[in-house]
Amino acid sequence: MKRVKHLIFWLVVIGIILLLFSSHVIAEDMFRQQRQALVDVIKYDVLRTRDFLNQEALDDRVLDALRKVPRHEFVPDDQRPYAYQNRPLPIGYGQTISQPYIVAVMTDLLKLKKNDRTLEIGTGSGYQAAILAELADSVYSIEIVEPLAKQAATNLKRAGYDAVHTRTGDGYYGWEEAAPFDGIVVTAVASHIPPPLIKQLKPGGRMIIPVGAPFMTQYLVLVSKDTDEKVTTRQILPVSFVPLTGKH
Amino acid sequence: MMKPRLSMLAAVAIISASALAYEVLLMRLFSIIQWHHFAYMMISMALLGYGVSGVFLALNRDRLAPLFPVAIMTNMLLFSLSVPACFLLAQQIPFNPAEILWTPVQLLYLCGIYLILALPFFFAANVVGLSLYQYKNQVSSIYASDLFGAGLGSVGVIFLLFILFPEQILTVLTLSGILAALLVSSYTFRASKHWTTVSLIIALAVIFIPTEWMTLKVSPYKSLNQLLHVPGTKIIDRYSSPLGSISIVKSELTPLRHAPGLSLNAATEPPEQLAVFTDADNMSAITRYDGNPETLGYLDQTTSALPYHLKQLTGILILGAGTGSDILQADYHAIKHIDAVELNPLVIDLIQRKYAAFAGDIYFGAPINIHIGEARGYLASSDKTYDLINLSLLDAFGASAAGLYSMAENYLYTEQAIEEYLHHVSPDGYLSITRWIKIPPRDEPKLLATVINALKKTGVREPGRQIIMIRGWQTSTLIVKNGALSADEISRLKQFCDERSFDPVYYPGISEGEVNRFNIQQQPYLYQAAAALLGDNSPAFIDAYKFNIEPATDDKPYLFHFFKWRTLPEILPLLRSGGSFLLESGYLLLIAALLQAILASLLLIALPLWLCKAKLGIEADSKNHLHMPVYFFCLGLAFLFIEIAFIQKFILVLHHPLYAIAVMLSTFLLSAGAGSYFSTHLSHSPEKYAFMLPIAAIALLSTGYSLGFEVIAGFLLKTGHLSRYLYSIILIMPLGFCMGMPFPMALAKISQTTPALIPWAWGINGCASVISAILATLIAMQFGFTVLIFLAVALYGVAAWCFPE
Repeated sequence: MKRVKHLIFWLVVIGIILLLFSSHVIAEDMFRQQRQALVDVIKYDVLRTRDFLNQEALDDRVLDALRKVPRHEFVPDDQRPYAYQNRPLPIGYGQTISQPYIVAVMTDLLKLKKNDRTLEIGTGSGYQAAILAELADSVYSIEIVEPLAKQAATNLKRAGYDAVHTRTGDGYYGWEEAAPFDGIVVTAVASHIPPPLIKQLKPGGRMIIPVGAPFMTQYLVLVSKDTDEKVTTRQILPVSFVPLTGKH
Repeated sequence: MMKPRLSMLAAVAIISASALAYEVLLMRLFSIIQWHHFAYMMISMALLGYGVSGVFLALNRDRLAPLFPVAIMTNMLLFSLSVPACFLLAQQIPFNPAEILWTPVQLLYLCGIYLILALPFFFAANVVGLSLYQYKNQVSSIYASDLFGAGLGSVGVIFLLFILFPEQILTVLTLSGILAALLVSSYTFRASKHWTTVSLIIALAVIFIPTEWMTLKVSPYKSLNQLLHVPGTKIIDRYSSPLGSISIVKSELTPLRHAPGLSLNAATEPPEQLAVFTDADNMSAITRYDGNPETLGYLDQTTSALPYHLKQLTGILILGAGTGSDILQADYHAIKHIDAVELNPLVIDLIQRKYAAFAGDIYFGAPINIHIGEARGYLASSDKTYDLINLSLLDAFGASAAGLYSMAENYLYTEQAIEEYLHHVSPDGYLSITRWIKIPPRDEPKLLATVINALKKTGVREPGRQIIMIRGWQTSTLIVKNGALSADEISRLKQFCDERSFDPVYYPGISEGEVNRFNIQQQPYLYQAAAALLGDNSPAFIDAYKFNIEPATDDKPYLFHFFKWRTLPEILPLLRSGGSFLLESGYLLLIAALLQAILASLLLIALPLWLCKAKLGIEADSKNHLHMPVYFFCLGLAFLFIEIAFIQKFILVLHHPLYAIAVMLSTFLLSAGAGSYFSTHLSHSPEKYAFMLPIAAIALLSTGYSLGFEVIAGFLLKTGHLSRYLYSIILIMPLGFCMGMPFPMALAKISQTTPALIPWAWGINGCASVISAILATLIAMQFGFTVLIFLAVALYGVAAWCFPE
């Protein structure tokens, strides 16, 4: 009798462990499916905005990164159920995490290569840095709001992006020791483009800046420095709206 | 016949004054903790508390009438308590308008705020409604005190906002409500001492309540709160004014570096700055200036610096001087004489006194003359001319870009305003206007269309020969020259743009190849707009454009109203993929507010009419049950239509929007109060159609004023400042006086035939007023103020036809 009880006890324990383990697997699987669905939504949106982006589709590597990075690890617990909806989410301290479609477009516009060096101003929750880390070898990210910076460092570590260099502080002067960069993302709102950042951009490098109020990206500014160090900007409307009097 | 005592009338006036002050105050409070447009929506819905009160009283009148003293005192005390309590409760609701598209629960939050804020108005309306019913034979006195009170409240709250912080005024309103209760308990009813004791206890509690309860809970997404998360930042000063609550923020560790529109080629950064926030948003900066112009080099790297490079300028005028960046820019270019105009005296005071040393005494001595006032008012009273008149970025980027200003009147950017500016530009001088870049472009083409029309009206045959426009990635500057542009100016313009990586948008003789080189847009939208608007097909272009870019005029002063219904179907599917900024939401929110108000009013008016006819006291065969609601509804609509239209028209003459609104509104209400008081004489007249008299007078006066407004304005503008106000008051008084009569006259009639309907009529009038305020703005945006006035006259006509029998 005692042995039977013992057996039942162990069976229950193993059952619980299996359940816990499988629930984790099931959850992971569910998140993976949601990420895939999100990528499909983004692909569709990109197709609709191809005229503005000057391309039919985003780079497969960018889409792969979106499929891989667990966005739910980068949002507050109460926002997790919405982590894979194509919408901006609040992350506390009056900051938001951009809409995944905007993140995808911004990342794609940087045209990153594997051994590129990238800088992000405004780490936020760390999601954009994680996406960059999937595409380029070195990622540097600066956040000025202390608690956010700490949270982002934890998020990145937990999701396995230990290689991302993070720093708490003022991003205006970029990251001098690691400069120059092939790509720079400025997610923190600035009244103007900091001249030191333009300086830290490599010839041929690109910088991307979303412009707008919280929860509302109005347009993207792509700053390019050509090989002669001539700097130009491109203003990109991230939706498929045909302005002026154009036909639909 | 029961007559209300003077104490009773005074108490009604106090409650009305407090309720109106509360309405204005809520608008201020919500503009600080949230955003202006949602504030408008919440408060217009909350005012439906008046409508609810009408229905509540209509259904419970017989139960409440015997308890009149208790009922009225209870409502006064409840009003007092709910004034702070409801606001504090409402600000606890985590409503975030920006998330409304994504999170449906936000709509629930919004409804919660409506319900909570409606309570104080419900209690205040109960006080007036109950009194109207109680003193049925003296309705005109009660209504007169209601209007008198409202008139005093409208001026009083502006005065209070100068001396107290908005959250402190909540306490003042509570105390005034208690004062009203004490007045009636001691003098009108000589009630038991308990009432006095309770009132005094509440008053003491309110005075000594811990102040942290009254702290404003500002949305975390407002830029002030976002900046405060940066280490080393703190608010070092706070000021209150009816034009906005101002916070000064010092950042000790990280420099602010506020320099919007800076060229990509700029190498210098701004000196130390203090941030100035208006209503926790709209950041501008006070810049440290040590007298060395070299430190201001960054100001020469913006599009607005262009006019200084076209030729040597001597005397210039800066409209909207604010915290002084345009003045510093002029100083950098060694301008010998600067006149600057700023509306908000508080901002001037900051730079002139408190932070004078920090700002390098820029508002003192030569070359600057600073004037407090409104831009057009200043120009109307001056015959000076300038080499340059400059208007730069008077609104903050965030609000401007999100379409939130659409319903705000703005007399700075209308055809008539441009004509006025050009009139003060010396021959070969410039008018320069800098705006934020928007994609797709909206205000820039609209401004361009407005400028071109203004030039044509002043007799310029080829406006294209006098216009220059350039753009960076963030801002654009439009320059209108008083004369044809020379080849030398054009070559200087090209050099200016080349050195700073700005793109020319338009100059006489421009070619398409030059317009999209540095800041590349999908298409050179602005160049295309300029070419089209200057060409022969301008009307067709404006018509086909997806946003409303029809020139703004003084009759339709809505530069920021870009919404076109035709474009809506195209935008709707884009909302969830991030296209909400295309929506120009200000206008749609106004429509949403109107729909809500209509729906709620239907519930409050039509439903009771249908379900509880008998209980309301309507006799089955009476014609009154249809005529009466129509009469009071039309009155409610028409009263505010006329009031709003004339206040707006007189802003143009009186110039200062704030004082103009305060003076005109109180004149309307006080004279309407007097009219109401006088109306008993007409009501008692044996003449059956005596009610037609005031209505005919209203029609005559408002049509006359409206048609002859140019003559009136022309005359008033020539008189002095004080006499302008005086004449305006004299003009408005007879109109207000007559407008105060139709309501009490009809009530007096009803009190003889079916007094049971009085509370209901009061409720209908309340609902109509809410709808009216919103509808008036929508009509003005679409058709202009003149049409609004004629509509009001028509409504008075309908009312006359439906006068209760």
